[in-house]
Amino acid sequence: MAASVRLMLRRAVRLSHGKINVAAADTAARSGRRLAPSTCRCFGDAAGDRITHFGFETVPEAEKAKKVYKVFENVARHYDTMNDAMSLGIHRLWKDALLHAMHPQPGAQLLDVAGGTGDIAFRFLEYVRSQQERQKRRAARSMQTPSWRDISSSDQYASEDEAGPRESGAVVCDINKEMLKVGKRRAESAGVVAGLSWVAGDAEELPFDDDQFDVYTVAFGIRNVTRIDQALKEALRVLKPGGRFMCLEFSKVTNPVLARLYDAYSFNVIPALGEVIAADWKSYQYLVESIRKFPDQEEFKLMIEDAGFFCVKYYNLTGGVVALHSGFKL
Amino acid sequence: MSLSLLSRSRWSCSRLRYPFIPKAVCVNQVHSSTSVLTDRCYEGLYPGHILTTPFQKALLAVGSGVAALHDPYRHDMVAVLGETTGHLALKNLREKMRNDPEGLTILTERPRIRLSTLDLKEMASLPDGSLGREYLRFLEDNLVTPDSRADVKFVDDEELAYVMQRYREVHDLLHTLLGMPTNMLGEVAVKWFEAAQTGLPMCALGAVLGPLRLNASRLQSLFTSLGPWALQNGRRARCVLSIFYERRWSQNIEDLRQELNIETPPVTLTAPSRRNI
Repeated sequence: MAASVRLMLRRAVRLSHGKINVAAADTAARSGRRLAPSTCRCFGDAAGDRITHFGFETVPEAEKAKKVYKVFENVARHYDTMNDAMSLGIHRLWKDALLHAMHPQPGAQLLDVAGGTGDIAFRFLEYVRSQQERQKRRAARSMQTPSWRDISSSDQYASEDEAGPRESGAVVCDINKEMLKVGKRRAESAGVVAGLSWVAGDAEELPFDDDQFDVYTVAFGIRNVTRIDQALKEALRVLKPGGRFMCLEFSKVTNPVLARLYDAYSFNVIPALGEVIAADWKSYQYLVESIRKFPDQEEFKLMIEDAGFFCVKYYNLTGGVVALHSGFKL
Repeated sequence: MSLSLLSRSRWSCSRLRYPFIPKAVCVNQVHSSTSVLTDRCYEGLYPGHILTTPFQKALLAVGSGVAALHDPYRHDMVAVLGETTGHLALKNLREKMRNDPEGLTILTERPRIRLSTLDLKEMASLPDGSLGREYLRFLEDNLVTPDSRADVKFVDDEELAYVMQRYREVHDLLHTLLGMPTNMLGEVAVKWFEAAQTGLPMCALGAVLGPLRLNASRLQSLFTSLGPWALQNGRRARCVLSIFYERRWSQNIEDLRQELNIETPPVTLTAPSRRNI
């Protein structure tokens, strides 16, 4: 019970600091039913090795990473096709919503963790490019009345570096090399090379220095991490002060009718789709089970706050099927 | 917490919270003697068994049918189609096997045909015209291996799952017995034979849709000579699943054909030199 008391105290402290919280429906009922994530992991500690969940299965923590790696190794080839089939293309809208909420400006550095096949990174680069174009157009329109900046950077008063605004870059980091391979192939065929790098790394131990990135995103990847709190701490570490943490993840559907339909669809249709398209029933069974084991919107928000982020908010997409969490490092 | 409690809690918790997920068949999990939480214990009735509701089976049947038509090289989809639609046919086959003394032996002993269980050197040393030598020749000429058969996943009876697996493993031997190579025409001829013999809907579907991919001359050959021969022999031959092939490698193939009531094929087809149809 100590864990839940700790959580309540933290919540009280945070509320007293006047943070903005977005209210969610029925969180009291929901949190009463399930164990807090930290306690869930600790039951059965007798032998000293901790256990966690792999879908509805219970496995030692050391094994989970291996099993998840195997799952994504198997599905990498059909990952994008399956995403389109399972979500009927709606996952593209979710990812677009993430980018709109992010609203990155030219010069921003993105780290996309568990970025696998590169969906977020590609969208980021395109968004920044269109922002750059918009800025250029605006600059061209205002050329008639040059601002002090235009005058100082014109040929008369030549500036030291011709470099102009810093180029934005996206780093795609994934623990699974197969997924990165698929992403690289996509980038090559789309001709996207500039500003994109692919790094193999573990979300719980990122191979980057402190204070490197403006935005850290993780889309549909954090529920596969063995120690989510560790991944959140790493996110805090690699972000610059003022940097933003954004997470897209499957969450709890608020509407009970929709929830039942969603469950029926998830458990009946998705593994069958996985068998037909990717010849892999078990990986997609794991996927739908892992969604159920992930904490709901409020609990995850608390976890993000625990890691040290401020102004943590979440937005429900598609009735709560997906939640977009956002926090800042100050 | 013991493993049995954990396993029960997994299914009971998921069944209560998610009433639409398939209900687990109450089966004892196989425990591994080492650590409690390895995944060598499987759920279901046999290794590789995946529990499915009738709705899921229907979905799989339709999906796998479409996938197999779209890409005939998706052998796993053909396998899934067979498993999800073949329940009645499998039961008939099992009855036939039970009524045959050799078939009953097979059902009790459960032999498997795979490279690890075959003594290839010994088979190569058998005389030409013997079952073992011809089977080996068939594997070499057509560049196939008995290990490429998919495991059974969606059959909800352990004995019927074995019958299905046996049917898959005997398929190559059937090619040898019928003298059919693995090109499209040969495969269609074997499918016609199997459809007549086993009554599996997947075979019937393959028999009907397979000819769509044949050119005119092969179609003619199929409809005039090969096809009728395959159908007739399929109907009158002894159940091919009831033969203990593993003990008959040295038997002459012509003798075996006579014993099974199979005529020699009217047309001799040669193995494809390259893997194209």
